[in-house]
Amino acid sequence: MNILDFLKENILYLDGSMGTLLQKNGLKLNELPEEWNITHPDVIRKIHLDYYNSGSNVVSTNTFGANTLKFNLDELEKIIKAAFENAYFAKENSTSKGEKFIALDIGPTGKLLKPYGDLGFEDAVKIFADTIKLGVKYGADLIFIETMNDSYETKAALLAAKENSNLPIFVSNAYSEDGKLMTGATPEAMVALLEGMGADAIGANCSLGPKMLEGVVKKLLKYASVPVILKPNAGLPKEENGKTLYDVSPEEFSEDVKNYVKDGVRIVGGCCGTTPEYIKEVFEKTKDLTPKPAEKKDITMVSSYTHAVLFDKKPVLIGERINPTGKKRFKQALLENDINYILEEGIKQHSKGVDILDVNVGLPDIDENKMLTDVVEELQTVTNLPLQIDTSNFEAMENALRCYNGKAMINSVNGKKESMEKIFPLAKKYGGVIVALTLDENGIPENSEGRLKIAKKIIETAKEYGIDKKDIIFDTLAMALSADKDAPKETLKALYEIKNTLKCHTSLGVSNVSFGLPSRDAINSTFFAMALTKGLSAAIMNPYSFDMMKTYYSYCALCGMDENFEKYIDYMSNNAPSPQKSDVPVQKSEVSINSDDKTELQLAIEKGLKDKAGELTQSLIKTINPFDIIQNEVIPALDVVGKGFEEKKVYLPQLLMSAEAAKASFECIKQNASTSKSDMTKKCTVVIATVHGDIHDIGKNIVKLLLENYGFDVIDLGKDVPPETILEKVTETNAPIVGLSALMTTTVPKMEETIKLLNKKAPNCKTIVGGAVLNKEYADKIGADKYAKDAMEAVRYADIINSKL
Amino acid sequence: MSNTVFVKKYDEPKFNIKEILRYAQTKDDSIIPIINECIDEVKNKLSYRVCYAFFDIVKNNDFFDLSFTKTKSKNLMKNLKDSSKIVLFGATIGIEIDRLIAKYGKISPLKALIFQSIGAERIESLCDMFCDEISKEVNKNNLFTLPRFSPGYGDFELENQKDIFNVLNLHKNIGLTLNSSYIMSPSKSVTAIIGITDKKCDFNAQKCKNCNKNDCIYKERN
Repeated sequence: MNILDFLKENILYLDGSMGTLLQKNGLKLNELPEEWNITHPDVIRKIHLDYYNSGSNVVSTNTFGANTLKFNLDELEKIIKAAFENAYFAKENSTSKGEKFIALDIGPTGKLLKPYGDLGFEDAVKIFADTIKLGVKYGADLIFIETMNDSYETKAALLAAKENSNLPIFVSNAYSEDGKLMTGATPEAMVALLEGMGADAIGANCSLGPKMLEGVVKKLLKYASVPVILKPNAGLPKEENGKTLYDVSPEEFSEDVKNYVKDGVRIVGGCCGTTPEYIKEVFEKTKDLTPKPAEKKDITMVSSYTHAVLFDKKPVLIGERINPTGKKRFKQALLENDINYILEEGIKQHSKGVDILDVNVGLPDIDENKMLTDVVEELQTVTNLPLQIDTSNFEAMENALRCYNGKAMINSVNGKKESMEKIFPLAKKYGGVIVALTLDENGIPENSEGRLKIAKKIIETAKEYGIDKKDIIFDTLAMALSADKDAPKETLKALYEIKNTLKCHTSLGVSNVSFGLPSRDAINSTFFAMALTKGLSAAIMNPYSFDMMKTYYSYCALCGMDENFEKYIDYMSNNAPSPQKSDVPVQKSEVSINSDDKTELQLAIEKGLKDKAGELTQSLIKTINPFDIIQNEVIPALDVVGKGFEEKKVYLPQLLMSAEAAKASFECIKQNASTSKSDMTKKCTVVIATVHGDIHDIGKNIVKLLLENYGFDVIDLGKDVPPETILEKVTETNAPIVGLSALMTTTVPKMEETIKLLNKKAPNCKTIVGGAVLNKEYADKIGADKYAKDAMEAVRYADIINSKL
Repeated sequence: MSNTVFVKKYDEPKFNIKEILRYAQTKDDSIIPIINECIDEVKNKLSYRVCYAFFDIVKNNDFFDLSFTKTKSKNLMKNLKDSSKIVLFGATIGIEIDRLIAKYGKISPLKALIFQSIGAERIESLCDMFCDEISKEVNKNNLFTLPRFSPGYGDFELENQKDIFNVLNLHKNIGLTLNSSYIMSPSKSVTAIIGITDKKCDFNAQKCKNCNKNDCIYKERN
């Protein structure tokens, strides 16, 4: 019988701990438990047999840590083969009459994935895939991914399972006492991610005893449509008379588990500290209960690596600013591969209160595929908002969905055959909530009936791919009012119909409506309010617009969705417009020269007043040539602080405050003066990186900031950068200077390797090194041209090299 | 001894601005408002977890057997010369601080520096809290603790991290991982050995005085 068929009518019993029993049988510290499949098959067989005989329907193979990080492929195959032989032996020899299945057990790799660890996402997928292929080969009935405490690694394992087998897949995570995974994901975020990707059962195991997992189990039951798994520890370890014991007895454990089964948990077992005795008690106490069917939940949600965003009564705001359309500065950033500029747009929108960020980086002259993946990966390091991937390039869409850590929004599909054929399989594989545009091969229907008809077609087609309508959000297309005065009416009518007759969620790119009209915010925000009253679920909008945000907050307050009007009051008190500040200092700065003959901008930079430096520059730029501002104000101010730092009169944080103020001034010049990076750069290119194997980049980022301030064109390759990548960039750009950073003694050899490679292949390039463990002697030894003890010294040296060019 | 591995979660220790300033390489008070801003952002977002176990020491002439590893490190053997037992622990304040450091690394190196300093102060406070607790526990049996000793100190090689991670199962227990260069993630984490001895030692009481870096601007005089 297929396990999923069995599960429809029955409570499914898993086994208990393997590790605890192995230790009782003499497994030594630092011995690999998986090797016991070969060295101690009798012990393993006996454990499996005892579990089957205690009532387990499923035993998991002793392969928790069996992967290619610990074993080579030959060893791994031997271990997995033996593991299945042991499990099959128990299955065939058990006296229990219950249905019996064997699960390939998959535990975490023990590594943290990039960017905070050193394991690449695709490398993780490959590691899991190697184990899974062998599990399939040796006869697994299902794949059990368990004890995962990071959402990204869970995704890698599930993806590997999907790509390498057709077996049922159970996924269980280890939640901490705060009800989240170690890396922050909530149970609902995990439900969104895992169900979206097609896990057949979802649950919690390990970390805690059954009582302490109550909050987690409740949430899983509330949000999951698939059966819920619970496999807790026998409480927490304690020591008594020199022996390790767990503080929850089989009796208490089984009593707790019984209550969870009554609540709806369908798959039960035990983790650390549990033994066949625990499973037997659980089995005896629950075998006569009628299993509660797993109910389908009509919940639309997307997720990030920390939380889920639900489409419910409260409108969801999707920030539209990461998009080059009509934005000169944004286009420039894309062309210059200036990802930090894009990230700042993400951070700013996050601080304005949006729920989701739309990400569109399509531009004819760039490699959108690579850029989109880069931006999606990088955005996930600066914001935990779920992302909406916005591209018409299907390949770019797939790559972005693949590397996304959560359940994304997919923008978009439409009623055209090709679009649906391309997008639905991606949504099915990676999960996602799809924005569906109500247009097709014949264009956008003029009236609402036509749009409704397309919506129905999209729902029907999605169903054929196994995609439920709860994962589709319809955009009834806001058209320019200026082109057709009746267009908005039809859009809203279609929206209302879809919400009420099809019972689907809706979204609008609100800003389109005002195209071609003056004071667009007024039209946009009024249209937004009108759409909200028709039941709009989400809006792709500009969160910097006060009119739009005040409409949103007012709407929430008026609809009783803002307790005590807290959010409304908070927003209004911080954002209600006040008289324009930026024009005030104009006259001041031209007339008021301070006694030291320093201008206000100079003083602002010296004092590290970031906002003020930006505002002052904004005023000055109207009358003064940007080049003169930089030469006569910014650079002299930086020099004062830089010298102070060198003379130890100024500390590092103050140096950075000034550097950031100068940066604000530069950014302002960039925004206004239509100068591209190349115009502003008067000095040479410097390639900088933290070396391979090292992930510390605070020092490197400081050096970057100062070099940029002093006019160098800095190419930052990031951290953990292989020597070849650095050489490649140097060759490509002809950079005369490379800056390398390393913090650990264990990574300095990589620095040496990089320098050797550069000396050989790019002999004219000078190397500057720095980092906590380095000193001049060490730097000389590894062949660096210069050891810089701090960022200022790096700048001074770079200036010398630059002047000799 | 059963080498039971214990896991503990702690409440947030009080923030020590003076220490944060020291890690940020400054004595200038003018950045305190920014430090406070950063503290507000990080408050209640970190988790304070420690995982530990006791081990006996079996001493041989040229190496000590600590059950989870045999060490030839002269510095560690000197540190443990009067001990018969150790506590081995791993501690972390979790991934959130790394996320903040990474985020601000991209937009404000100043704040990245401050979060890095806060992180350093946090993990040290956590270790101090844990060590105090262990010290009090062993004091009940008239035993005393030595200052903590980590891989990377003196000739006690970083490679020892591997055995420590395995025996304490740090990934599963507190979400701590090790990369191929023996760097820990989350980065604000510590692994260390605390020697337990029956000789009273006042080293812990006066950290600053024990250090011979006399030109240190933070040195506590008197």
